[in-house]
Amino acid sequence: MTQQSSGFFNWINSRLPIVNTFERHLSKHPVPKKVNFWYMFGALASVVLIIQIVSGIWLMFGYENTEEGAFASIEYIMRDIEYGWVIRYMHTTGASMFFAVVYLHMFRGLLYGSYHKPRELVWVFGMTIYLVMMAEGFLGYVLPYGQMSYWGAQVIISLFGAIPYIGESLEIWVRGDYYISGATISRFFALHVVALPLILIALVFMHLVALHEVGAGNPEGVDIEKHLDEDGVPLDSVPFFPYKVLNALVAIGIFGIVFSIIMFFFPEGGGYMLELANFEEANPLSTPEHIAPVWYYSPYYAMLRAVPDKLGGLVVMGAAIAILFVVPWLDRSKAASIRYKGILSKIAMTIFIISWLMLAWLGTVPVTALRTTLSIIGTVIYFAFFLLMPIYTSIEKTKPVPERL
Amino acid sequence: MEEKITTRRKVLIGMTSAVGAVGASFAVIPFVASWNPSAKAKAVGGPVKVDVSKMQVGQKIQVSWRKQPVFVIRHSKEALENLPEVESKLDDPSSLKIDEPYRDLNPTRSLSTEYTVIAGVCTHLGCAPKYYPEMESQPWDESWVGGFFCPCHGSMFDIVGRVFKGVPAPTNLKVPPHYFDGSILTIGEERGSA
Repeated sequence: MTQQSSGFFNWINSRLPIVNTFERHLSKHPVPKKVNFWYMFGALASVVLIIQIVSGIWLMFGYENTEEGAFASIEYIMRDIEYGWVIRYMHTTGASMFFAVVYLHMFRGLLYGSYHKPRELVWVFGMTIYLVMMAEGFLGYVLPYGQMSYWGAQVIISLFGAIPYIGESLEIWVRGDYYISGATISRFFALHVVALPLILIALVFMHLVALHEVGAGNPEGVDIEKHLDEDGVPLDSVPFFPYKVLNALVAIGIFGIVFSIIMFFFPEGGGYMLELANFEEANPLSTPEHIAPVWYYSPYYAMLRAVPDKLGGLVVMGAAIAILFVVPWLDRSKAASIRYKGILSKIAMTIFIISWLMLAWLGTVPVTALRTTLSIIGTVIYFAFFLLMPIYTSIEKTKPVPERL
Repeated sequence: MEEKITTRRKVLIGMTSAVGAVGASFAVIPFVASWNPSAKAKAVGGPVKVDVSKMQVGQKIQVSWRKQPVFVIRHSKEALENLPEVESKLDDPSSLKIDEPYRDLNPTRSLSTEYTVIAGVCTHLGCAPKYYPEMESQPWDESWVGGFFCPCHGSMFDIVGRVFKGVPAPTNLKVPPHYFDGSILTIGEERGSA
């Protein structure tokens, strides 16, 4: 019997490289032996991706992608479908948590220089994932066709109008109508549930393939590939299973607790995750008193508002995202990790964090003259952090990076 | 001989790619064009009529045309006489930056000497500006002379929808095509165009 089943397994394995792939990318994949909690957010992001796909499919069972039916179908999901409210809050909480873990994951990258040679492409694929996620989140937010869905979309689509010459016709083309109508909702639905998720999954795959080719980094910024054993495995590494897997399981457990607390007790997140105005059906004739994005877009929204010029605002917002892509080539430091970088990098990083958080807050509150000034200062600091990076990382004195982890 | 074959191959590859690229670009057309407004979307959105005789002086009403707000404001004589005074604050007092349909006819920018008809869509990012007609200090402007304020990003317009200097909105609020038949205002078409 055993003979037979292993014969069957061999038959499969000689046609499909199951064992090889499993050993290479999971069970025997070498990972640095010393990492910290910052290295858990990548795994958590993939967990949230699965949560979003599953809860999203379940939401589609009840959602109606029409102008007349969209808002009512959300209420139908929330009230009439058994446990529909759990499914929906899982998806909305998942969206916020997706950005939370991705922001922490990106911050880890900045902190420990995860983009340093040879991991530039890992970073670039990651940034592309972030960009697609922002589009995905925006499209999804429009689908309930509440007041904030409508007016948020009105603002974002009007951004296309800032493009010279073709702007206005581009706006109509994106909406498929003279206002955000059923035509807009149904195309956003198709993009949100089919097109972008396909792209997202492909990008995640590329992100992981590129990562496994060069190996994961570590908080010391040590190149573990320099010291290999006789089999070519880095001496300072441990196999992915069981070491990393068990680590990740603990992280996933803690994450699950946090996720559940938010999902069951604070699904609206105080109006920052689900805005209160969105519990009202879209009204194209009445703008809410205060339009604010959900928290994960707010720093960039603050930048948009800081610029008193339509095209200028769009350019600044786009540049703020675009500049993240080239960070691997802006950082000239000999040390990857902030632990061995000089004092200038540490000061720059601290000011950057403070100004980013300030921008995040400014993006959620109404405009006043003082806040506009603060937004301008925050925007300047944001760009200075990146644009001056080639200078301060090359003139500062770094500490010697250890040979072994 | 060898070189001749290589050159021929290159030419063939180039020609095949060119034909393929032309074919691919034509194949894109239906996918792009299908995103344009459908015949149905174009048909909805005809002109709307509204009786403006019952409006009070200083009152603003909102009319829905193509599901977008259109503001109709009945101005007092004094308000219209004060218009030249705010011009120093304006970015484009004569609406030269946009395609103004009824330029230099009336200070109201419309076909009427009393009513202003403007699209209630901020030229910045499409919010509906709010009407604050009183001349009094406001959180966004201490020397507010009355007009429209967009709550989204703080753009300011005067009472006939002309944009202030130094705000995010690039141009004046648009004047939609309209005409008056006595007190009946038609928005969405020119007289006799139907």
